[in-house]
Amino acid sequence: MTAEIPIDNIAPGTWRPNRDRAQMIQLIIKIICGAFAAISIFTTIGIIGTLIFEAFAFFGDLPRELSQDGDNVSYVQGVIHFLTAGRWTPLFASKQFGIFVLISATLMITFISILVALPLGLLAAVCLSEYASPKVRRILKPVLEILAGVPTVVYGYFALLTVTPFLQSFLPPVEGFNSLSAGIVLGIMITPMVASLSEDAIYSVPQSLRDGSYALGATRRETVWSVVLPAALSGIVSSLILATSRSVGETMIVTLAAGSNPTLGFNPFVPVMTMTAYIVQVTKGDAPHGTIAYETLYAVGITLFLITLALNVFSFWFVRRFRQKYE
Amino acid sequence: MQDTRPTATADKAITDTALKAEKISVYYGSNLAVKDVFLDIPRNEIVAFIGPSGCGKSTVLRCFNRMNDLIPSARVDGNILFDGENIKRLDPVELRRRVGMVFQKPNPFPKSIYENIAFGARINGYQGDMDELVERSLKGAALWDEVKDKLQESGLGLSGGQQQRLCIARAIAIEPEVILMDEPCSALDPISTLKVEELMHDLKTQYTIVIVTHNMQQASRVSDKTAFFNAQATEAGGKMGYLVEYDATETIFSNPQEEYTRDYVSGRFG
Amino acid sequence: MTAQEIQAKEATAGKFKQDLSGRYNLDKIFAAAAWTATVVSVVVLAWLLLTILMDGLETLNFNFLNSFPSRKAEEAGIRAAFFGTLWVMMTVAAVSFPIGVGAAIYLEEFASDNWFTRLVEINIGNLAGVPSIIYGLLGLAVFVRVLEPLTGGRSVLSGGLTLALLILPVIIVATREALRAVPNSMRLAGFALGANKWQVVWHHVLPSAMPGVLTGVILALSRAIGETAPLLAIGAVAFIRSTPDSLQSAFTAMPIQIYNWVGRPQEEFHHIAASGIIVLMVMLLLMNTIAIYFRNRFQQTR
Repeated sequence: MTAEIPIDNIAPGTWRPNRDRAQMIQLIIKIICGAFAAISIFTTIGIIGTLIFEAFAFFGDLPRELSQDGDNVSYVQGVIHFLTAGRWTPLFASKQFGIFVLISATLMITFISILVALPLGLLAAVCLSEYASPKVRRILKPVLEILAGVPTVVYGYFALLTVTPFLQSFLPPVEGFNSLSAGIVLGIMITPMVASLSEDAIYSVPQSLRDGSYALGATRRETVWSVVLPAALSGIVSSLILATSRSVGETMIVTLAAGSNPTLGFNPFVPVMTMTAYIVQVTKGDAPHGTIAYETLYAVGITLFLITLALNVFSFWFVRRFRQKYE
Repeated sequence: MQDTRPTATADKAITDTALKAEKISVYYGSNLAVKDVFLDIPRNEIVAFIGPSGCGKSTVLRCFNRMNDLIPSARVDGNILFDGENIKRLDPVELRRRVGMVFQKPNPFPKSIYENIAFGARINGYQGDMDELVERSLKGAALWDEVKDKLQESGLGLSGGQQQRLCIARAIAIEPEVILMDEPCSALDPISTLKVEELMHDLKTQYTIVIVTHNMQQASRVSDKTAFFNAQATEAGGKMGYLVEYDATETIFSNPQEEYTRDYVSGRFG
Repeated sequence: MTAQEIQAKEATAGKFKQDLSGRYNLDKIFAAAAWTATVVSVVVLAWLLLTILMDGLETLNFNFLNSFPSRKAEEAGIRAAFFGTLWVMMTVAAVSFPIGVGAAIYLEEFASDNWFTRLVEINIGNLAGVPSIIYGLLGLAVFVRVLEPLTGGRSVLSGGLTLALLILPVIIVATREALRAVPNSMRLAGFALGANKWQVVWHHVLPSAMPGVLTGVILALSRAIGETAPLLAIGAVAFIRSTPDSLQSAFTAMPIQIYNWVGRPQEEFHHIAASGIIVLMVMLLLMNTIAIYFRNRFQQTR
């Protein structure tokens, strides 16, 4: 009777938990799910790896493409040419690879879009959080969400076929393809993003600050303008930076409405070609693998990636550095 | 400090009453939060509102500068007279300049110390020398010596007690007639509390002060008159506040008329 | 006492020059500006939708829905693109749902706070901000070229995998939110009964969070359905005159077809582009309605 009770007999009859099997299943699931989570890392590695690999190929082949009449162009000279040349004609006979041509178009359109989205988005955020009643807010917020959910190709249609003719009716210099239309419609597209993120920032300003301002005899406008908005500033600026990043990476609106004519300059009425529009042009044309044309895809791609990455990181850093502590 | 009180007109004597509450009831939505309060706040005195939590002291206080108007579901019945004029007919923005408020948790703006004080003055159209006003207000709040070298630093960098005194400086900068204080010391340590209480004694000479406090000892130390509020349970499960007794502080604490008052000040409940 | 009378009184006393009416006027202007901005957004949306409806309703007929692309606008239709989209979306859903939900379960329920977890989280945050066309470039290099034997080149599978990678961060974030919303007491009750973590997740947490998860997945899919750039980058062309018959078929998709028609100079193509947009928007409307249904279900069980 003093014999040790064997494990099997602790739960005789009715209860037979198979804990080992359960643990094994859990381990397998954990590994699989962990692998799934790791896919995000592989995606990043894939993106960076692909871009770097092909971009290196580009810069390696660039000197050969640029050297005419036998004089050798060095690697470094190739890079300098890439950054400073004034024309982008990789698909023409006389090839030039000045990326700034594309960047200037992207910058101009992005600038116009921010000019639209900043006042619209910020004022809409102020309206929703400070002026609108809960009933009105319940109707307006979904409208903004719908604006955000419209596919960009639809916005491209709108820009090319509706906004451009509309602009042309009172602004004669506007051409069929131009950056003004693209910029305006792009601004409309990112307005919900600015509005939503700014509204979050405004919402997180404590009511006690507003109370303190009202108690001093301030009007609502004075409170919003001088107390609430400055307090929410870091979140608002961050939303603008993120919206800029989105603008820079946007493809369909600019491809359809801004055209595919790489010109260096800042005239909003004429066709231009952004970085993203160039990528679309090359992939449409099915450039064979290994040619300089194919490699320019990735040279432009890595430039685009670095710019948006820098903007995203900057936005994150900005919020961390300047976030208002209210306590 | 310049006397900015409106000069007496022929048909309005300089009353000793700064604020007068007549049958004030406050509703939040359909809930009656405070019922039928009658109060006279004498000029240049300190009146304390005491009572257990939830009995409407802060709610009544906020009626005096119409801060309850900012809450959409709040409704105030009855009349409040400020210098004999019904405040419902006064412009609320102007009223709040003349009836200032200091909150329970210090809420300086995330701006510099200088800007904290200058903001209120600027929006109210101050014409004089701003530097001088800032210095005067900080001195009036007994804070000048501690911050005179760091006026450009953020107000949030101060300690709790200093922040609260900054809020007081901010309030007196716009030359109010009345200062409402909603539990101004409850978030402060005892030393800061003492400093603020000393300050109140000095402020009394120029302003009328109404203070809500949970701390009975503070009320007995600081105030000239005390109003004791209590709450009774409603059928809806909430609380409805009402004024039990209002008298000179001495009387309330040593010889109260009402039984509830007696129980409260002797610590039987609350 | 009116504002004017107070003003007069104060003007004689004190140094505060009150300009109440001026201040209130500025208030009105500011409020008007704020409301205008909001209304502008609504008006532009209405303008957009009206334009599309007016342009596309006429040419939206059964013929249009059932025809293949053609050089003649009257004969061109959306059939190839519609089925292409269906095939691609099913691939995307089949790939991204298990991976996204699995990754989220790992991060939310199993992971401890170590370097791996943090690296994954940073990555997900980063990937959400990468332009969609870059995903296309990745798809082009990896799925179309390197993995060509598996995927068949510019195929439904390549397109589906690319889009799945694109929306993976969205699904992971949404699923984590849904999991986080499940009260911890439920997990603790499961543990107390002797269940291990996976059993608790599978039998209790996941079913409870499922409506929220489905909402997130459907919203992510509704984003994928409108994505044009990545598919363009991997080389999906618009002139496909057949519907896909396997994962390795060449394909076209609705946004691609619309893009192609919008870019044509002839006006007839613009009309059918609008018709195509209407079809796409109807699909989006359907998906979002389902998502909202699930979101309401989710919020009811709380």
